[in-house]
This record gives sequence, C-alpha cells and structure tokens, in this order.
Amino acid sequence: MDCSREELLIATIARLLEGCRHVAVGELSPIPGAAAFLARQRDDRVTVLGRLKNNMFTNGGVELFDCAAQGRIDAFFIGGGQIDGEANINLIGTGDYPRTEVRWPGCFGTAFLYAMVPRVILFRQEHSRRVLVPRVDFISAPGTSAPGVYRRGGPYALITNMALFAFDTARRRFRLESVHPGASLEAVLDNTGFDFDRPDEVAQTPAPDAETLSLMRGPVAREIARTYPRFAASLFPDAAEDAKRLTGHLPG
Amino acid sequence: MTSNRIVDSVDALVAGVRDRAMVAVPRDTSGVSMAATAALIRRRARGLHLVCVPTSGLQADLLIGAGCVATIETSAVTLGEFGLAPRFTAAVKAGTIELKDATCPAIHAGLQAAQKGIPFMPLRGVLGSDLVSHRDDWKVIDNPFAETAGDPILLLPAIRPDVALFHAPRADRHGNVWIGRQRELMTMAHAARETLVTVEAIVDDDLLASDETAAGTIPSLYVSAVAEAEFGARPLAFWDAYPAEAVQISEYVRLARSQDGFARYVARYLGGGEATTAAE
Repeated sequence: MDCSREELLIATIARLLEGCRHVAVGELSPIPGAAAFLARQRDDRVTVLGRLKNNMFTNGGVELFDCAAQGRIDAFFIGGGQIDGEANINLIGTGDYPRTEVRWPGCFGTAFLYAMVPRVILFRQEHSRRVLVPRVDFISAPGTSAPGVYRRGGPYALITNMALFAFDTARRRFRLESVHPGASLEAVLDNTGFDFDRPDEVAQTPAPDAETLSLMRGPVAREIARTYPRFAASLFPDAAEDAKRLTGHLPG
Repeated sequence: MTSNRIVDSVDALVAGVRDRAMVAVPRDTSGVSMAATAALIRRRARGLHLVCVPTSGLQADLLIGAGCVATIETSAVTLGEFGLAPRFTAAVKAGTIELKDATCPAIHAGLQAAQKGIPFMPLRGVLGSDLVSHRDDWKVIDNPFAETAGDPILLLPAIRPDVALFHAPRADRHGNVWIGRQRELMTMAHAARETLVTVEAIVDDDLLASDETAAGTIPSLYVSAVAEAEFGARPLAFWDAYPAEAVQISEYVRLARSQDGFARYVARYLGGGEATTAAE
C-alpha cells in the first residue's frame, strides 16, 4: 500500500496510543494531532485535549496542567530542538544560557508534563546529529529523575522520519524498535548522535493497512483540516478544500 | 450611568501602565490587546517586566523590539506557525533583556498564589530541569507532609503584577468584563493590582444580571479601566470572532529580521512615527 511519510508517522503514533483514553496535543502538532484523531476513530472513548477548536476545557490555560496533575492525561507529545540519549529535552537553545547562540521559543509546559504524563511520545521529524545529540545544551525537561523524586510520567518512545525507538527508563537508554521503509540501519547510525540499544535483527516499521489509510484520508483528514488548516492543505488537499468551503475563509 | 472606569481611548487606558511596571499579558489565543500594545509603543513605555501567561508571541516581540521591555518572564515566545519571534531572539543574543524562563504551570501557580494572597505555591514536576538552577527566585524544599523523609518539591513565589492587560469581547457600562471560558484572564485580574482591558464593544446590558453571563464575567471590582477597541487583537486572531491577518504577520516576520525593518513595520502599522525603535 502506497502511503506518504506523514501517513506512516500518523499510523505509527496512533499505534503507540493504543490503550490511552485522554490524549493531549499541542496547537502546532498536526501529525500527533492526526494520530490522536485516528486513535479516536478506532475507540470513541478516546478524548483529544489541547488547544483545538471546540476543546473541552472551561477553566483556562491551567486546566491542561491540573488535568495532568490529577493523573487524567495518558499521553502527550514533546518535540525538542535537541534530544539526547537519556531522553533529556532541550527547547531553549544551543550554547551557554542565557545568551544562547540559537534561541528557541522556550520550555512551554514540558518541564511539568514530562514528569506527570505516563506516555510521553517524543516526536521530531528531523533525524540528524544536530537534533539527536550526546548531551543536550540545556535540560528543559529531564528524561529520568533521581530516586526519591516524585515522578509518574516520562518518555515512552521517540519517533523521527527514519525510525522508532522505545525508551527504557531503568537503563536510561533508547532501544531501536524499527526503521521506516526507505531508511536503513546504517543511515540511522550515521545520523544519531547518541548510543542506543538495538536487536540483532531490526524490523521495518509496518505501513498502515488499507482500512487505516481510508480512515486517515476520510474522517481524520476532515478533522485535521479544521484544526491544522495549513498542514491539511499540503497533506489532504481535498479535506482542506471542504473545510475552506464550510468556514468561508482561506486556511491560515 | 456609565462608570468612570470606561475611558475614551486606548492611549488613555495605557496611561495606567507606568514605566518599569510588571505587566501580565495572556497567550495569543486568549485575547491579546494589540491595540494597547501599539499604544504602549507610541507612548514609549520603558523598563517593563513582562509576565507572559504563560507564553507570548507578536505582542512580546513588538514590545521588545520597541525597547519597552527590561525583563521577560515566560514559558515561551513564539509566532506559532509563523516561526520564531525575531526581536526576542535578537535581544536574547545581544543580552539586552533579562530572561526569567519558566514553564507554563509555574506561571499559573505564581498567579494563583497572588490570587490567594499567599507567598508561594508548590508544584510537582520540573525538578531536574535546568530552569530550576537558573531561577534563583524558585526554591526546592522537602514536602513537610511526606510520610518518609525526602520528597523534594518546587515552590514558586507569588507573581503579583502591577497590571493585567488584555482584550475581551465586551464590557458593560459598569466596567464588568465578559471573558467566557478564558479563565486565565480572571486569574490575572485577581492577581494583579490593576486590570486594564480593551474590548470589542461596550454593551448596555448588565453582565452580572444573568447567570448566563455572570459566571464568565470579571466583576468591575477588579477592573481599573476599559477602553473600546474594535478589532483590538488584530493582526492576531481573536477567539472565533476573526482570524489572524496572515499577510501582515508574514510581513512582520520578514521586516523584523532587522531593527531597521522593525522600525519600518512600526511606522507603517502602529502609527508610531519616527521615534519608536529601541535602536536609539
């Protein structure tokens, strides 16, 4: 079955969400957002929370964090300018803080959510030694915590344009789970700046089946077009056209 | 009767923001008063301590570029799908603003402490982040209620802004302000000494008269002044009322790469005339 790279990522992330009830996604995370919508297509008890159109929250910006603190959020996504082999995340910048050479937006809620949400999926499309570094320049959110520090969440998996890794908290290391079609183990090794575990035989990330693709291209695409119009326009042009007609203005 | 809280211009409204004031402003989706932002730049505000609740975008970038900001306390500054915030980025690199990097729930917690009149608020998580070592106003203690020794927990000091400044759909003639589900605006108003609001419209109804509107209304007792400013969030989107002006924001991103370009943007869109840049 032919599918795009984005569709492969969406289907793979949706698999990582199996068993989750409440999934939170960010405003600028169309691929994780699509994956959460896909998971909801499969199980209508799934709720997708975050800064989406018609979101459920009525208590302001604090509610997502309170909800996570109450243990109600099962999965969340974090990107990262840099990610290291112990799953530390840097969203601040490169070089010495505060006068970093490159400055990114900032930590957002990650320093809190990484500790509170059981299944945090690290998602960064670029798979390079610039992103996947031996040691982050600034720890926005730590991958693991010292014994005795309250923590009920953390890294679950890392997915990039090339591969899927699982995180082993006890070993504080990633383990390569599968390499996406079109990429190779050699390319993954060449482009990863940290050491990771891997099995003798590395699997290929399975492509979505026909039913998954039709869900993605139908109802999921329409939901995506409402929430992430610019992304939908490039990935699902038909659904974006529909949304444009319905809302009466150009996406973005 | 119209309350004297209702002022007749946005320029009169921002006269309540003194230089060096701590000013709390909401994230882009909640109701950013870009009308008041332009007025602050026109009146050449200086030395502001901006508290972003919990992030900011174009508003912070404009105020930084115009030289209004000494300190920024925020969980992020970003123009969202338009990319990085150029004047913020330049100011960080040049070291011309003091950074108080935070994480979203820490800013909410600090405001909640001020709302309750208590000195601090504890927050789970965050320990192990380099944020903690760079924030000398944050403290870690052992949970005094823990059954066994240890259990470190982060304490955030109360954030008590001099001014909360935002945009809302409507106010009534008494100065009650309807904010619907954007409850962080309520928290900001409770925490701040003064609350200054621009609104799309001033209406004749009493917003507190009906339960339908009262639950989403900031009572005038927290509100210092309100000014009408139709489309006062533009070029940002405002709730579902109007979308972002993508062309204008894209032009900002292009021009604001340099301080000169930034000055041209300000002159063109903010009516700032000649003397509004930080480059002096």
